[in-house]
Amino acid sequence: MVSRNGYPIDARLGLAVAGARCVSGLSRVLGVGGGTAAPGHLASRVDPQALEKLAGRLEQGAVLVAGTNGKTTTARILADILAADGRHVVHNRAGANLVEGILATLTADAPTRGRLGPSIAVLETDEGALPEVLTRVSPTLVVLTNLFRDQLDRFSEVDMILAAWRRALENLSTETTLVVNADDPSLVALTDGLEARRVLFGIEESLYQLDEVPHAAEVISCLRCARPFSYRSIYLGHLGDWRCEHCGTSRPPLDVAGRDVELWSYDFQSLKVTGAGTDTRFEVGLPGLYNSYNVVAAIAAGRTLGVPGAVAKTSLSHYRGAFGRAERVVYRGRSLMIMLVKNPVGCNEVLRTISGVDRAFASPMLLCLNDQASDGRDVSWIWDVDYEQLASSPTDLYCAGTRWADMCNRLYYAGVQPERIHPLGADLGLAVDSFAAALPEKGSGFILPTYSAMLAIRHDLSRRDHLAAFWSE
Amino acid sequence: MAGRGHVTIGWLYPAALSTYGDRGNVLALAQRARWRGLEPRVVKIDQYDPMPETLDIMFIGGGQDKAQAQVAHTLTDTHGPALRDRIDGGAALLAICGGYQLLCHEYVTLGGESIPGLGIFDAVTRASRVRLVGDLSVRTRWGEVVGFENHSGRTYLGAGVEPMGWVATGQGNNGEDETEGVVCGRAVGSYLHGALLPRNPELTDWLLLEGLRRRQPTIELEPLTNDWERATHEPFHHVHPARRQSPHRSQAAQRRAAAQTSTRP
Repeated sequence: MVSRNGYPIDARLGLAVAGARCVSGLSRVLGVGGGTAAPGHLASRVDPQALEKLAGRLEQGAVLVAGTNGKTTTARILADILAADGRHVVHNRAGANLVEGILATLTADAPTRGRLGPSIAVLETDEGALPEVLTRVSPTLVVLTNLFRDQLDRFSEVDMILAAWRRALENLSTETTLVVNADDPSLVALTDGLEARRVLFGIEESLYQLDEVPHAAEVISCLRCARPFSYRSIYLGHLGDWRCEHCGTSRPPLDVAGRDVELWSYDFQSLKVTGAGTDTRFEVGLPGLYNSYNVVAAIAAGRTLGVPGAVAKTSLSHYRGAFGRAERVVYRGRSLMIMLVKNPVGCNEVLRTISGVDRAFASPMLLCLNDQASDGRDVSWIWDVDYEQLASSPTDLYCAGTRWADMCNRLYYAGVQPERIHPLGADLGLAVDSFAAALPEKGSGFILPTYSAMLAIRHDLSRRDHLAAFWSE
Repeated sequence: MAGRGHVTIGWLYPAALSTYGDRGNVLALAQRARWRGLEPRVVKIDQYDPMPETLDIMFIGGGQDKAQAQVAHTLTDTHGPALRDRIDGGAALLAICGGYQLLCHEYVTLGGESIPGLGIFDAVTRASRVRLVGDLSVRTRWGEVVGFENHSGRTYLGAGVEPMGWVATGQGNNGEDETEGVVCGRAVGSYLHGALLPRNPELTDWLLLEGLRRRQPTIELEPLTNDWERATHEPFHHVHPARRQSPHRSQAAQRRAAAQTSTRP
């Protein structure tokens, strides 16, 4: 017997999907926020195999995007590219990236045969959830962006994540392709000698290089001789063209490379992507070299999935940043640029991006430090960020969030003049008001929030109609 | 005040052992010296570097298990005798987390294997399967000391050994005997990240003075305001630290909390 949507009838799964959709609809009506895990919890209660079954119905399978930084942006770009190519894309766009959130995404958009083009899922996946999702979903493609220190109160150690990933990756067959950042030596070692096919991407660039691996970066030692790598070029954190002088291991040749990057402003860059049958210049509304990596990763994945370069180029030119990641908001006549900071390497990159365009940090900044579970309860990481570069700027720095005092203290020890450090307290709504009020008419400023602070600020601004409604995208 | 002299800070294994913002400790020592007109000289000592002849203060941080295992041999064999010599010569020392463990007698792994430490501190550490993670505040001779702990090793002090302090909230050395850290002469070991010294300036100044008095027995450090440092202790003085929301925002806070259960950045 075949159901209306063209699949064999599975009463249990049907009930799971219907129940999950009810919960999801209810929570929206009641206004308790989108992207919640509740529908996923319910679905897995009703049918413990719901995730496997729903993933199995995707005609072109699932793509997982994992890594410390850039997974949201990479997944979004890839989902847009695939949609532009006429596929029906199921995507956890609201960022629900744990097992239940991924299941909720699949129940909300359970594939129906013969409509909207061939179905494919693009699933941003949390580092901790990746092993389980890999095993249960059997993806056709996995994008690994990078691995940095982040939320060590939750994961304890980067080495522990690597070990758990390796165990799960070893079970993949030749059916799966891994799209891996070759500039990250630990990801190359992680994916060496697996059954799965591997496509390596990276950056080949001379303009935007660092003089040394910044303190915030993970020091990656050669797996064979335990000596630190040397670099022909360092692009970001420990990412670059690495090599072990001792045993000669080095970055493998790139299958897909980003070249000739031109970082124009906070919301525009252009770069050339070569390899895998592409040699195209892309223009995209995203700042910073960290986003160049996201673009190259998404293009490499798109090529592997058969998207023509011209389609990707058009799609990218329409791309709009994920919320809070490089988002400009006009509030009370002031232009506020919201740039999410989650960990030391990411925060250093945001500061580098700002200093690249806003010479000498001339615009005021609001630094929002929260210590919720999604930010990491341990705020020690701020001591690995190079805030010292703000000490010589003449501008005012405002601190808010649950750990505003730690943020003020960090700036104080960075050598910022005490009269330039302004505490604005834990209430982020009030803090944004005070910050905007302190800016001149038509002036502009930067807001650098941690994850939960970014959500809170966005929520607050959306209530006042300055942004699209929460989770609406 | 300029030209008052200098303070030399030896930072052991900044590459391998500096995982949890422990660099903040070196920044705090250097900055509080600078604010008193003393020139800070920070010497990074990596695995293959020789130990400098004169050091006023030494710092060693924590790292991941693999990194810690890599430097353990260097510390006990290559640098060990020199480090002991600098301590005997009057240098002050702060060791955090993994560094603290490496300076005890031994570290016993889950498999029962003993990895010898330097034995600066009369204590042993045993691996455990459960990590002790969270905010930690301690009553010490420097007043309230706060930070964040994140360790699976449990450290047990020898009989009569002075702890750095007594746990007020959190777990401390082993989650059992309410001790946290260790003090032995001018050497302090602790599990506290945070970073520790920028949030606890009385301890920072004590280390500076202890280290400097080797060369300048009468030196004093003028007091600083310590307002921001004290403000970072605020979250420990409330029942639900740092989770305060004004009443009209509590619904939004709940909503965010609900969203976070399914959302990871």
